Amino acid sequence: MRGVSRRSTTTVIAPIAFGLLALVLWQVIVVGFDVKPYVLPSPLNIGGQFTRALGTIWSGTRVTGANALVGLLLGAVVGIVAAILSALVRVLDQLSIPVVTAASVVPIVALAPVLYTMFGAGAETARQLVAAIAVFVPVYVNTLRGLRQVRPVHRDLMRAYAATPWQLTRTVTLPGALPFVFTGLRIASSIAVISALIAEYFGGPVDGLASSITSAASYSNYTLAYAFVLGAILLGLVFYCVTLALEKLATRHRPTP
Amino acid sequence: MTTEPLAKPAVLVEGVGKTFDVGRGRSAGTVVALDDIQLSVATGEFVSLIGPSGCGKSTLLRLIADLDQPSVGDIRVFGKTARQARIDQDYGIAFQQAGLLPWRSVAANIELPLELHGIGREARQKRSAELLALVGLSDFADRFPDQLSGGMQQRVAIARSLAESPELLLMDEPFGALDEMTRERMQGELVRICGETGAAVVFVTHSIPEAVFLSDRVVVMSPRPGRIVGIVDVALGRTGDRDDDLREASTFFASVKAVREALHGIPAAAITGVETR
Repeated sequence: MRGVSRRSTTTVIAPIAFGLLALVLWQVIVVGFDVKPYVLPSPLNIGGQFTRALGTIWSGTRVTGANALVGLLLGAVVGIVAAILSALVRVLDQLSIPVVTAASVVPIVALAPVLYTMFGAGAETARQLVAAIAVFVPVYVNTLRGLRQVRPVHRDLMRAYAATPWQLTRTVTLPGALPFVFTGLRIASSIAVISALIAEYFGGPVDGLASSITSAASYSNYTLAYAFVLGAILLGLVFYCVTLALEKLATRHRPTP
Repeated sequence: MTTEPLAKPAVLVEGVGKTFDVGRGRSAGTVVALDDIQLSVATGEFVSLIGPSGCGKSTLLRLIADLDQPSVGDIRVFGKTARQARIDQDYGIAFQQAGLLPWRSVAANIELPLELHGIGREARQKRSAELLALVGLSDFADRFPDQLSGGMQQRVAIARSLAESPELLLMDEPFGALDEMTRERMQGELVRICGETGAAVVFVTHSIPEAVFLSDRVVVMSPRPGRIVGIVDVALGRTGDRDDDLREASTFFASVKAVREALHGIPAAAITGVETR
């Protein structure tokens, strides 16, 4: 028990203390050197602005969060299905290599302006698609890696049971790949939020967090812009923590990959 | 279809050889893993395959299980081809690694073969409860493999191999990774289980006392190429009637000596020390 409590001291309390210290230092520097808000607002001012503008920030977070979530789910479903097909059909695997490599080197958000033209600048579709395409790559790669991890003893066992290829996939390969899928989802969750945010900078309706950051900055309301940034950070954290919890849940009976 | 299925030997291996291709390019060649193997295992008989690493004992077991195919020769399991016997689920199998699925509970692991073959939920649960009682793990049905010791996991694997009441059990060093005390207890349990189920067993091991304690016959193999160099009849009574006292009986040591002589090809008197594994 002592070991556990000591570990929680170092893993939980230490970073919190470090973060608080950094905030205090930030506050002291801004106040002490009289730094102007357009250069850098103080954390207390940002916090105050955040509470005052909570309603606006919440509605912006909902829009961006919904875009990221739709993109994450869409990209994940397509990524998982594509990985299963690639694992089952060798030709598809070989065909997919150049496509996935291309998708992983293209800066997906660069597609945003094109997609706004395709789906109309008044719709959220372009942002959701950008997030989905960005999510697809890590989910596909991790899932496929997981699907290839079948232990020889399990393969022998299923052959001894005269199991069909689908039975092997359903009872051994897919559950075995699950931790890898969730690792992919955890990586993809941050990418989904970042992509949905950045896509807003390229156009579309002015309703999400990133569009709000732009408009606050253009009205010289830098403290408000930072408050929106804080909202974006919290949104990313929520996505990350939820997928991390799912990953822990999926790997609770086995060593992590 | 036969009128007298019991008259067929459980396993009949005739003139079986197995070569593996190794290397590629200039260093390519073949390794003869098994050469001209003849073996017959009667129904209800316990036969051990023993020999040093590389003698092909595991390969032979994999051929009988149709996990690999022989290069030459013929294998019959209850008179059928090995492939047909596998498809008909005529054997149960256990490996050195328990090979449990970590995301399934103990009971669900035992029920896996039944589930794959379309047995209903109620019948599955009844059978897994019986088998858990047989291997002494009734209190662990809802646990997960990572919560069990190595010996307990192996007992679950053995229960799983018995799930469909096979007439033939194929076991590839199932106790190889266990400590000596657990190993002896598991051997005792296995002879009891075999006595109760009446199944024939082909058991791969590299432990002489283990082979002698468990078997009706011990098949001694030598490596490069894998061949049968001797078959020792162990006259210790029916497998199911054996208990721990037997390990100290003079008849037991006589059989251990006979197997060792066959393994080394020289009289046991010339060997110092006793391999007790």
